[in-house]
Amino acid sequence: MTHPSVVTLERGSAPRVVFAGDQLIEIDLPAGTRCIYPKPPMEGLQDVDAAIRYAINHPLGSDPLYAKLRPGMKVTIAMDDISLPLPPMRRPDVRERIMTIVLELLADYGVDDVEIIIATSVHRRMKDWEIRHCVGDRIFDAYWPDRLYNHDAEDDSNMVEVGQTEQGEVIELNRRAVESDLVIYVNVNFVPMDGGHKSVTVGLCGYKSLRAHHNPSVMRNCHSYMDPSASELATTVDRMGQITNEHLDVFTIETTVNNRMFDRNLDFLMKNEDDLNGRERLLLKGLVETTKRLPQGARQAIFDRFPAPYGVTGVFAGETEAVHKKTLEKSFDQYAVPVEGQSDVLVAPIPFISPYNVHAYLNPLLVQVMAQGYLFNMYRGAPLVKKGGTLIITHSCTDKFDHEQHAPYIDFVHRLLPETRDAMELHKRYEEKFAKNPAFIQMYRTGHAYHPVHPFYMWYWGEAGRQYLGRVIVVGADNEYIPKLLGYETAATMDDALYMAKGGEAKSLDVTLLHVPPVVMADVSLPSSGASG
Amino acid sequence: MEKTRKIMSADKPQAASYFDVDGTLITTNLIHPTLFYLLNQSTPVQTAKRVGRALLKAPAMSFAEMVDRRTFNELLYSSYEGMSEDRLVVLADEIFDTVIKVALFPKARDLVQKNLDSGNEVVLVSGALDFIVSKLADYLGATDVIANRLEMKDFKATGKLLKPVVAGPEKARLIRDHARSKGYDLDDCYAFSDSYSDVPMLSVVGHPAAVNPDKRLALMAKAYSWPLFDLTA
Repeated sequence: MTHPSVVTLERGSAPRVVFAGDQLIEIDLPAGTRCIYPKPPMEGLQDVDAAIRYAINHPLGSDPLYAKLRPGMKVTIAMDDISLPLPPMRRPDVRERIMTIVLELLADYGVDDVEIIIATSVHRRMKDWEIRHCVGDRIFDAYWPDRLYNHDAEDDSNMVEVGQTEQGEVIELNRRAVESDLVIYVNVNFVPMDGGHKSVTVGLCGYKSLRAHHNPSVMRNCHSYMDPSASELATTVDRMGQITNEHLDVFTIETTVNNRMFDRNLDFLMKNEDDLNGRERLLLKGLVETTKRLPQGARQAIFDRFPAPYGVTGVFAGETEAVHKKTLEKSFDQYAVPVEGQSDVLVAPIPFISPYNVHAYLNPLLVQVMAQGYLFNMYRGAPLVKKGGTLIITHSCTDKFDHEQHAPYIDFVHRLLPETRDAMELHKRYEEKFAKNPAFIQMYRTGHAYHPVHPFYMWYWGEAGRQYLGRVIVVGADNEYIPKLLGYETAATMDDALYMAKGGEAKSLDVTLLHVPPVVMADVSLPSSGASG
Repeated sequence: MEKTRKIMSADKPQAASYFDVDGTLITTNLIHPTLFYLLNQSTPVQTAKRVGRALLKAPAMSFAEMVDRRTFNELLYSSYEGMSEDRLVVLADEIFDTVIKVALFPKARDLVQKNLDSGNEVVLVSGALDFIVSKLADYLGATDVIANRLEMKDFKATGKLLKPVVAGPEKARLIRDHARSKGYDLDDCYAFSDSYSDVPMLSVVGHPAAVNPDKRLALMAKAYSWPLFDLTA
């Protein structure tokens, strides 16, 4: 039986309304198109603080947190950065709730030597007001900036090698964490590829360690990133994380959130367009017309203005792997929709936000990440689209970058992509030199720019999709140059794109629409023959 | 020509990073060391005389600063006329310790080190005097300097600069010559400056960057997508 979140369009079905960056647009899809909608948001916990207290007092595979504490010990709290969740969470952020309880407990046990590190790895440094939003006024005022700060993977004196795996992968981490008696990691798990060993082993590492898993070879062997059991990325990180946990006493606290990205009065954005009542249809039409008429800056300002009212659905604490197992179960409960079979075409609307452009424009490289990286990978079992199939995305692909956050991306897109799109060649010929660009490193260290190696990772992120898909067609691009640089074709309308996907032949296509955002992923089961994966 | 120093790195660099100094790596400018020299003459009378003469030139210098860096430099260094070479060199140590070192931006040393780590030769390009810039280069681990040199006659400064005068567009030519002499491809080279007057120097390399930029340079850096950052924080 088909899951209620899977809807098949009929001849008289209404147009679908989807995101094209920060615009909402209507698209016509043929009868028979399979639309996969997000599951309704799970109920959030009634008393989150009680759940946090219960979790740290009844941990999985570990002593309770209080039993690990002794006066005078050195404790580091590391926390997820602004890339999670998306958009940022309405205050109080769950990280603030956890840290408030944990810091009180530490104080009760005479633990004064406490520092909080934002585990940015090679992401941009968070700004002070973003940190305040995340940790709350009390913690910010008490700890910022001397005892609450961003990780700096380029501070050589502050990075220390912990060990190596049998495969020779180097684990180099933040010195403060390594030299602490206890590391408490505070996580917000947004999608199944977050959390687990990735938190400490990736969040507090630098380029030397990232090279082990953030490379095109590893990315080609992820089927998918969202399914840790079939991801070489996850396998490698786990292997390195196990070495980390042999040297560091890590107490992991993970949380899951539901998919309530929009307020209740915008619930209709997640609904089947055929099921909308008159008022909702009118509102949706109004949103489409408003986003069409507003200038880009105003659209971005509106989306930036409203943090998401996510509900916390689970809090788990203790030993990293035991905790993460529970987290993943909860995460899949919210996101995974069972789907039978693959299609010829996957339509994936590109949203206005990605983990790497909070408070900035979704630039062309990030459009690529969302298309072949995240949205293509929203599956377990097998991709939603057949091997060699077509991915159709909706975005303007405007040649626009945030100068503060994405300065190295500009060079990557405009200097390197014209040379080659081959991820292996980019990796071998350009990555190391580019990653050591001292000007971009300085922007990462003292400004709010992503590390110069990050645009490479963004390109590698799309590698599994690039290898698998036959073609990518963009609907609504405002230029030809950027799509061409990314290796995409362009179409003015969805009809044109579907015609192109047919290759000029009079055949019918199986089409699937992944109706994001909010996050939804597919558990794809295949018939016994004729499938590819 | 500019003074050339020994390259420290064991591996042969493949490119160079050219740093403007005043305002980019340190907070001071050319006037500070000059004032130090003027205020530290052998007798109080000498000091009073030299300061008095310098004050008379001040209006002309401030006008020159607005229109032509080279004329400004020439006017400024005319204040050195008659100073003995050994006194200039001896006082350079003190100037470095009391004026230059304390004025270094906190992150400047890290930035120079990252350039060295990336395998680049680091060259300081400054309108200041070579014997002072060399001391900064030693301190930062820079491998070469392109700086102004005073003309000496009978071991005394004539108050004139030897050509080429390091200022404005001339910096661009000196960088080009330096890169050519070392066999570097300018496309692979870096340049760092805080001032719009250094746009020629920034424009000749493949990797320009605006550091603590003035307003006009900041606008230009944004327009051309040059990296832009602040070492003052």
